[in-house]
Amino acid sequence: MAALILTLFLPLLGAGTILFMNKTQQKGIQYTALGFALATFVASLFLLFGFDPANADFQYYIHTTWIASLDVGFRIGIDGMSLLLVLLTTFITPITILSSFQAIKDRDKLYYMMLLLLEFGMIGVFVALDTILFYVFWEIILIPMYFIIGIWGGPRRIYAAIKFFLYTFIGSLLMLVAIIWIGIWGGGDAGFTANYLTLREIAPTIPLAIQQWLFLAFALSFAIKVPLFPFHTWLPDAHVEAPTPGSVILAGILLKLGTYGLIRYNLELFPQASIFFAPLLSTLAVIGIIYGALVALVQSDVKKLVAYSSVSHLGFIVLGIFSMTTEGLQGAVIQMINHGLSTGMLFLCVGILYERRHTRELAEYGGIVTVMPKFAVLLGFAVFASAGLPGLNGFVGEFLTMLGAYQSPILGTWTYVAFAALGVILAAAYLLRMYNGVIFGPNLNPKNHALPDLTKLELWQLVPVTVFLVWIGIYPSTFLQLSETNMRLVSSKIEAAHQQMSQEHRVSSTSQPLLSPTSLSFLLPQEIKNMHKQQQRELPANGNGAAQQQMSDEEWMQE
Amino acid sequence: MSRDIALWGALPIYFISAWAVISLLVDAFSKNSRVSFHFAWIGLLLTAIAAVGSFPYEGAAFSGMIATGHYAAFFDVLFAIGGLLTVLAAHPYLERLQFELDEFYSLTLFAIAGMMLIAHANNLLVLFIGIEVMSISFYILAGYFRNKTLSVEAGIKYFLLGAFMSGFLMYGIALVYGATASLHYGAILHATTTGSLSFPTLLIIGATFLVIALSFKAALFPFHFWAPDVYQGAPTVVTGLMSTAGKAAAFAAFLPLAFVFLPQLQIKLQLLLAIIAALSMLYGNIVAITQQNIKRMLAYSSIAHAGYILIGIVAASPDGFAAVTFYATVYLFMQLGAFVLASVLEQQYGRHLEIQDYKGLYQRHPLLAGLMAVFMFSLTGVPPLAGFFGKYYLFVAAIESGFVWLAILGVVASVISAYFYLGLVVAMFFHTAPESSESSVPAGTAGITLAISTLMTFLFGFFPSLLLHVAQQLF
Repeated sequence: MAALILTLFLPLLGAGTILFMNKTQQKGIQYTALGFALATFVASLFLLFGFDPANADFQYYIHTTWIASLDVGFRIGIDGMSLLLVLLTTFITPITILSSFQAIKDRDKLYYMMLLLLEFGMIGVFVALDTILFYVFWEIILIPMYFIIGIWGGPRRIYAAIKFFLYTFIGSLLMLVAIIWIGIWGGGDAGFTANYLTLREIAPTIPLAIQQWLFLAFALSFAIKVPLFPFHTWLPDAHVEAPTPGSVILAGILLKLGTYGLIRYNLELFPQASIFFAPLLSTLAVIGIIYGALVALVQSDVKKLVAYSSVSHLGFIVLGIFSMTTEGLQGAVIQMINHGLSTGMLFLCVGILYERRHTRELAEYGGIVTVMPKFAVLLGFAVFASAGLPGLNGFVGEFLTMLGAYQSPILGTWTYVAFAALGVILAAAYLLRMYNGVIFGPNLNPKNHALPDLTKLELWQLVPVTVFLVWIGIYPSTFLQLSETNMRLVSSKIEAAHQQMSQEHRVSSTSQPLLSPTSLSFLLPQEIKNMHKQQQRELPANGNGAAQQQMSDEEWMQE
Repeated sequence: MSRDIALWGALPIYFISAWAVISLLVDAFSKNSRVSFHFAWIGLLLTAIAAVGSFPYEGAAFSGMIATGHYAAFFDVLFAIGGLLTVLAAHPYLERLQFELDEFYSLTLFAIAGMMLIAHANNLLVLFIGIEVMSISFYILAGYFRNKTLSVEAGIKYFLLGAFMSGFLMYGIALVYGATASLHYGAILHATTTGSLSFPTLLIIGATFLVIALSFKAALFPFHFWAPDVYQGAPTVVTGLMSTAGKAAAFAAFLPLAFVFLPQLQIKLQLLLAIIAALSMLYGNIVAITQQNIKRMLAYSSIAHAGYILIGIVAASPDGFAAVTFYATVYLFMQLGAFVLASVLEQQYGRHLEIQDYKGLYQRHPLLAGLMAVFMFSLTGVPPLAGFFGKYYLFVAAIESGFVWLAILGVVASVISAYFYLGLVVAMFFHTAPESSESSVPAGTAGITLAISTLMTFLFGFFPSLLLHVAQQLF
């Protein structure tokens, strides 16, 4: 209990402490921020010791009433997936603070407050088990990230910051409407509930026609965050303009909020709708994989190249999620960690180069290995991990997601995997092109002749990440076993729903309901609660739900 | 008990009216405007305390003309606090602009008295009197800077249109009386629900006229045309009061009327109100994008906020009405805070009010810029600030009543509003200050206003149930 509370609130406490510090004490502020971030990391390690991977329930569950009349509570807890992502967050944040020592030169006080606030929000999203609390944390993240891009960013920072904010905001507000809708549905006679655990039981009984719309409202919000093609256009702008630490957080953790949400909310709350939309989202994922890779291939700006590689890599995660098999989901979870580490490290490396030369043009570099041998080795780890070389972490994740997608009965075809594999090849191409262009070849540019190699501070940023790149690559079970029970549960639920749907498909010989205009009628005045009660009546206690559910759904549509 | 109600329940109304009249005398005998200022804020503070005390005395007094207790008491507190915050902010503002006249404070007191009478109204004529007392005070306050063209224009414009709308209001009242043979809320409700109407059509027309008149007071689309010019020309602190407490007063009148008319006219009125709400939200926010003047920007956005509040009335459920009360309250603090902050930075009448004047404010006044950012984020509806929960409750009420489309439009409007609210944050934080900008701004007692507004914006964001719990008791 205490470990979770500490992990969540230490960053906020840190931000509060910095608020009352004198802004001239630059060093003091920096080390306070680092201290709090490290303390948070230590606290999160304690979570690991008390965690039972075999238990599928949420652990460290804490519940305090917040808004009693609407059953909104401060409910937090973690399962294997959230634990891994919380650890990723608390691990990456101190490293970004170290890199901020170099990258951030003015207004330190506001900056470190924003950074810690951001960490608070991200941990909050991963541990919240209440839809409204989740939403609050989700939105809290926007403000610090907006400031970090807008104040400390590059030349087009204002455009990038506003674009980032508006894209995320529109998605999340539609999600809010959906949260309210299922809250009223799930509240039954009590009126409203935001309790995730209740909703997880009740939401799958929502008629498919409505589930589809709710799924889309959630999915849009998460797809923008991921970002899934075609909602990705904010990402290159935000990445290129953000300062190095901002990019590291953005790629390392922020994008995982979207994929986390897809599993936690879309898959778990709307299994039937997830099955219905799996081909669509998998297709978008595969398009993202190839599109991101192709665009990355032609970038001359190193940072943009890494940014587009994110679009490509996140495609694998989404493909793994919507394969909805245990392997695919496990691959998605481990790939979230992998991408956070390896792409985070790539951005750190780009930042290190930028600090020295103040340019990110690929053509400006070449032959860096002669002057920065340590850097060449560490960048090599990040590049090969990102490209999915066996023995490093990227391989494990990509392999599992593709295996899952191949086996998936829901996707039912190997086509997705075939195209995704093309993405792997392209990834090797653009990453090696980048590595080759920066590190090897003759060191012709006179400005590059006397570049200093990595400082101690930079080694402290890169070496810890490298350790994990190798660890996950060689012995992934340490991490995979944490989330296995949960992912198995998710996939088995989906499988059950899928079997019911296909049985029902044979029995009634009606096609699966499409997104029909009639299903839009839920937008018009209707007594949601009456529908819900009717739904409860129609569902027999022992279940064989889907057929019944389909009937009541049709009845409801006729009304 | 009925004596208690007449005595204690209506005490805030007696008190503020008497205090306003005495304030005129104080003005006449004292040459020092500082005395009037102290007299006014003490009176408003005492009124607020009296109103809190009157909360349990629910009932009707004066042959049922005036309702007391719960609902009225709640809005009494809100208006008194709104007045108090305005007066505290007005003193340094008017002093700086060298135009501090005693009448300003008396007029503010009268405006607050009118608003409170609106909240107490249990009879259409009392409502009319309340609206007139409030409006006439506002006409004068809007034209308060009598040597400034814009201010005078604001006063005249507001007066002409307002007088016209008073005609609508009166005509609506007459038609309702024609249909139901009563001006008393309870009797009208009785007549409409039992169906003993002599001319049902008259009721519809009358109710529509009332909606139009109140929409004008709340600056809802398409009855908003006065708002931008008046809000821009009026003294900034007055604009703050008009756009918050004045708007809340219009909704305080709306709510009991919704009770009275909705049972009979549900479908027709609900749809009409829903359309007004939707158009207000979209129009206000879209037009606000192009504004360069912060007062005009806030004016247009206030049209949108009135639209949000109206959602709760459209929902026509206890939850919806509670949401209206909640939003009106939090809106008062965040919008008044924003206007007062603008008034602090306004060194001369009408100067430093362009958005570009806010460029680099963070470097010059980090605290003021931070507070403004808080208000802007709250107005946008970003959690965990109070504005978010206001919108959240309204959307919950709308979806519960089946108006999902209205909630979705509200959401879209919020995204649009993010653009211009953030535009101000961009100017304050992301741009650097031009060379020639003053460094020190004496906030004086306006600092108290800002502190309270900020505190409330956070408090009702972190602990929304404090306010919601009270709001739910009212209905």
